[in-house]
Amino acid sequence: MIMDFVPLWTLIVGAAVFFYVLLDGFDLGVGMLYGFAPDRPSRILIMNSIAPVWDGNETWLVLGSVGLYAAFPLAFAIIIPAVYFPILVMLLALIFRGVAFEFHFRDAAHVTFWDRAFSLGSLIATFAQGIILGAFIQGFNVEGRHFIGSSWDCITPFSLFTGIALVFGYGLLGAGWLILKTEGRLQATARKQGRYFLIGVLLSIAIVSIWTPLQDPDIARRWFTWPNIVYLTPIPIITAFIAYFEWRVLSNPRWEMAPFIGAVGLFWISYIGISISLFPMIIPHHFTLWEAASSPETQAFLIVGTLFLLPIILMYSGWSYWVFRGKVRSDIGYH
Amino acid sequence: MHLDPLILSRCQFAWVIAFHILLPSFTVGLASYIAVLEGIYLFTKRQIYFRVSVFWTKIFAISFGMGVVSGIVMPFQIGTNWSRYADATANILSPLLGYEGLTAFFLEASFLGVLLFGRNLVPRWAHFVAALMVALGTLISTFWILSANSWMQTPSGYKFVDGQFFPVDWLAIIFNPSFPYRFAHNVVAFYITTGFVVVAVAAYLIRKTKHVEQGKIMFSMTLWVLTLLVPLQIFLGDLHGLNTLKYQPVKIAAIEAHWTTEKRAPLILFAIPDEKTESNKAVLEVPLLGSIILTHHIDGEVPGLKQWAADQHGPVAIPFFAFRIMVGLGVIMFSIIIISLYLRARKRLMTAWFLTLCQYAGPIGFLAILAGWVTTEVGRQPWTVYGVLRTAQSVTPSLTTSDVLLSLAGYMIVYLIIFPVGIILMGRIIRKGPAEKIEKEAIEGGQSSSPITTPPEYTS
Repeated sequence: MIMDFVPLWTLIVGAAVFFYVLLDGFDLGVGMLYGFAPDRPSRILIMNSIAPVWDGNETWLVLGSVGLYAAFPLAFAIIIPAVYFPILVMLLALIFRGVAFEFHFRDAAHVTFWDRAFSLGSLIATFAQGIILGAFIQGFNVEGRHFIGSSWDCITPFSLFTGIALVFGYGLLGAGWLILKTEGRLQATARKQGRYFLIGVLLSIAIVSIWTPLQDPDIARRWFTWPNIVYLTPIPIITAFIAYFEWRVLSNPRWEMAPFIGAVGLFWISYIGISISLFPMIIPHHFTLWEAASSPETQAFLIVGTLFLLPIILMYSGWSYWVFRGKVRSDIGYH
Repeated sequence: MHLDPLILSRCQFAWVIAFHILLPSFTVGLASYIAVLEGIYLFTKRQIYFRVSVFWTKIFAISFGMGVVSGIVMPFQIGTNWSRYADATANILSPLLGYEGLTAFFLEASFLGVLLFGRNLVPRWAHFVAALMVALGTLISTFWILSANSWMQTPSGYKFVDGQFFPVDWLAIIFNPSFPYRFAHNVVAFYITTGFVVVAVAAYLIRKTKHVEQGKIMFSMTLWVLTLLVPLQIFLGDLHGLNTLKYQPVKIAAIEAHWTTEKRAPLILFAIPDEKTESNKAVLEVPLLGSIILTHHIDGEVPGLKQWAADQHGPVAIPFFAFRIMVGLGVIMFSIIIISLYLRARKRLMTAWFLTLCQYAGPIGFLAILAGWVTTEVGRQPWTVYGVLRTAQSVTPSLTTSDVLLSLAGYMIVYLIIFPVGIILMGRIIRKGPAEKIEKEAIEGGQSSSPITTPPEYTS
């Protein structure tokens, strides 16, 4: 008897994407904040706060994309070409961001170029990912098993806005990380930047929450009809609580880990909101998770290893973070 | 030539994957080498191994980073430009790629941080374990990706229903007919490539009489390893060829520019294949050697391309010349180690002209790997899944010519910046050489010799 692995795979792929967003989110956010650093020693400290962990973080991107390919290949085959140019831009930006770690340190003659590559690469990659998110929510033109329509369809006012929203979001995560890892003037600056980003994030959540149902009657029906409207009121209430909490801890020097946790909380609640809007569709208006899924044999073959390996991965990744715990030390990393 | 999304997507994939393969070609061997150096240092406590390891770890950091960013491009390529292939093969290939991510990528990425930055922070044995895990991760990764590629070459354990592949037997899928040969041949190729780079760097250091002690350790040890590996590689290549003859005969025919099936076939050293007339011009051949090398029998039958319709095979000239380049480079590698044995017998291993030869032979492995991959991948055409799914059926249907022109231009420009810069920066580290002595004992790779203390205004 073959089990239905789709719910489990939905959880796993969803979790992998969420982990990616959190982990690469904070290091792309840190990369963006790098562009605002006042001087070279600050830049070095900022970069060193993520230097030992960025590669592991970015590996979740591979896991998320390959996980999508493995569990929901029809979705992969439709979504990825439909966002052809945002993916191209994201990859090129990630290339510059990735090599900038080593190159800015080793190529002293062009350090300004590599500084820009690092911060702009982080910004552009974030913006591109936000466009992909917006395009995903809006859905795609599909015929049979293929995306039809142009490679530029994904660039819409809505997706450009979600691009900006994600910049605020990753900026907030990055600020939270820097508050955790730095002290003194750098930390104070990160707190201030965090407050600005928080305002941006909250405005974005509000606008996207209104715009999404406005442009999609199915989603509007899901949120605003009785009795759903009762079951779903906790969502905006929880969001407001987290927002208030985040505002308070950003300004309070006693709370060093809380701003990062609050940012994670905002991402978590937004993620839940999007899932509620879209479930069970993985290609909005066309295919459910079940319709896009790979063969049961495939899902079974991969789940066995995944359930065994994911906890191990989390353990040694956690160990790696623990090795580099505490404030950024000036003798660990690049100089 | 008529530009369309198919030909441009082929060019784009070839571009990104050719650049990417250069990195694992180096980092697989180098990760193992660093693990060995760290191990020797851990057990002998001899400082010189520490210094040589720190030197190579700096180089490794640059090349591994380039490998990661060029590698992230690859799974997305499958989706952006080859969505029909992705949809058709997902059930079979996606778990192989999934396991590559789960068992290899996370392993190497997580322990890399400790290897590069954690020497001060963890016990010495833990730092050595980190180096081992990175090396292991690179090898596990090679296993899975070559299993996937080999399945495309010699598919097995599947059924093909309504344009989609479904798995029937996972062991047959993973351990498909060409996989063991391709895996062995590639891993040895990776180690040989790194070996020639290390030998070249060592030769350079000795010639410039800089850090000669470090240079000598690297030079002799690595040449011994190459002395074992190069003949092994020739043997493995022969086995790989025999396997290809059995499972992909049309590919052998194309590689050999062989048009007529025959026994006692000659070995064509040089020719200009003419696909229109299905014959060769300007032929230089050695009688009988074709059958002998390809089938190990003088009366062995070598397949000819005319046995198949023209749309059942890909271009002939490309795999023909690529293969000869690869073998020619192999002959040069073999000659170098023969010379080294001769010089060792005369106790004159580090004579000046041999050092110069070794220095300039540094990149030889990379060229051979590129030539070999061109042979096998172009030789697989017109199929993405040999005999079942055509490349022309694999391309993403929504793409236009301008879409792919733009993306191809983007990848070309970015790679033409990043890769030369990376090579130049690695060259600078090499020219500086390993440190003569390092003041603090446990210093992570990549740090300058005097640590910077925290300036007062950055503490609260």
